[in-house]
Amino acid sequence: MKKTIICRCEDVTEEDVLQAIDEGFEDIEELRKRLRLGMGPCQGRTCIPLVIRILAKKTGKNVEDIPLPTSRPPIVPVTLEALASDEDEE
Amino acid sequence: MKMKNKADVVIVGGGVNGCSLAYQLAKKGLDVVLLEKKYICSGATGRCGAGIRQQWSTKENTMLAMESVKIFEKLSRELGFDIGLRQGGYLIVVHDKKEMRQAEKNVEMQKTLGLDVSIIDSDEIKEIVPILDVKGMHAIAATFCPTDGHADPFKTTFAYAMAAKKEGATILTHTPVIRVLKEKNAVKGVKTNKGEIKAPVVVNAAGVWSKKVAETAGINLPNQPYRKEIMVTERIKPMFEAMVISFKDGIYFSQQDEGQILGGIPNPHERKGYLTDPTFSFIQHMSKTLLRYAPPLGYLRVIRHWTGFYDVSPDARPIIGEDDKVKGFIHCHGFSGHGFMLSPMVTKLLTEYIADGKTSPFLEWLSLERFKGKTIQKEVSVVG
Repeated sequence: MKKTIICRCEDVTEEDVLQAIDEGFEDIEELRKRLRLGMGPCQGRTCIPLVIRILAKKTGKNVEDIPLPTSRPPIVPVTLEALASDEDEE
Repeated sequence: MKMKNKADVVIVGGGVNGCSLAYQLAKKGLDVVLLEKKYICSGATGRCGAGIRQQWSTKENTMLAMESVKIFEKLSRELGFDIGLRQGGYLIVVHDKKEMRQAEKNVEMQKTLGLDVSIIDSDEIKEIVPILDVKGMHAIAATFCPTDGHADPFKTTFAYAMAAKKEGATILTHTPVIRVLKEKNAVKGVKTNKGEIKAPVVVNAAGVWSKKVAETAGINLPNQPYRKEIMVTERIKPMFEAMVISFKDGIYFSQQDEGQILGGIPNPHERKGYLTDPTFSFIQHMSKTLLRYAPPLGYLRVIRHWTGFYDVSPDARPIIGEDDKVKGFIHCHGFSGHGFMLSPMVTKLLTEYIADGKTSPFLEWLSLERFKGKTIQKEVSVVG
């Protein structure tokens, strides 16, 4: 069967997303937590816009009515060494 | 669609405790409605450190945790969904003589309850978690219990929620409770943003918002909200299985099932209040302390950092059971950072009480009334 990767960091396919929506996970935050979507190093930059489109199509909602999940720091991955290097802890 | 307007039990809160209760009560044949103001796992459960620990300083917590582990061990099979339980043990660092005395006291008490736990030396520490720098973390020993571990809070909670629905429970997300309805001194139901639901029993499992829910029923809770922060790194190959914690430094960290390192520490510059923003001072302090404990992790990248709340009771132990003034109002909060790990046994006790009227010494020990005029026996084994 043909599979389309939606989230490259966590290996989630379009089929996984559709199945989870069928199981009742219609909230983007719930989908994230059910499938680990957007929890990898790219922070959802690739998958979240795709998932929003799938959700919109499947639930009949408008894309703009589906809120983006909470964004969390850091904006890009940073090494522990770099974060620990600044002596000026405040 | 018209909302259900009555039930046997209304549960406020879609975290692990609420969902577990919904499942167990529905299985007993009760008509259950669970109300969640946001989405399942949106509160403390979905933000927690995932740990499951049985090493406590108080007998009640140790017993609760040991019974909970027995339930966790069978849970994937019972719910038909893998909850990601991994029992790699908890390694609790002992830094000085004072901590050693407490550790010896704890281990002795824990052993009388039948827990497999021991005090280990620095060689044994290195065997269990090879990346640890015993000198860097100022360790003189550690306590270790191999059956402690962690499970996936999302998987566990969703497994409960799905099983609850299968048993006939109704779960309504994005449905905040505006107030608890009372008549004389008994609960009559709840008012939500979508209408009223009549019920003779209302369970308050709203985590850090429990205080506000209780207020609407005229009940004053002594709980306080504490912001806590956690960070997670990118995935790496499996390096260690134990959760490493230190009560002195407040740090805890583990490698999760998928390979990421996840951990937290109290922010040295924490302010009070319902604050939810992650802070830079946390991530700096965490990185510094983590690298002091485990220097080889320096190259590893932090990918995410978030906050959640501890719903802290005066003795850092949960508050469970029926209110002594408002009939039908069931407390299930005050977990003080341990709601996930204690949930199996706590919800089992509450299910037996609500469905069968069965009481237990635990319900007495952990009742809200314990704070009235009695000496508080505080749980001291707390991190994060």
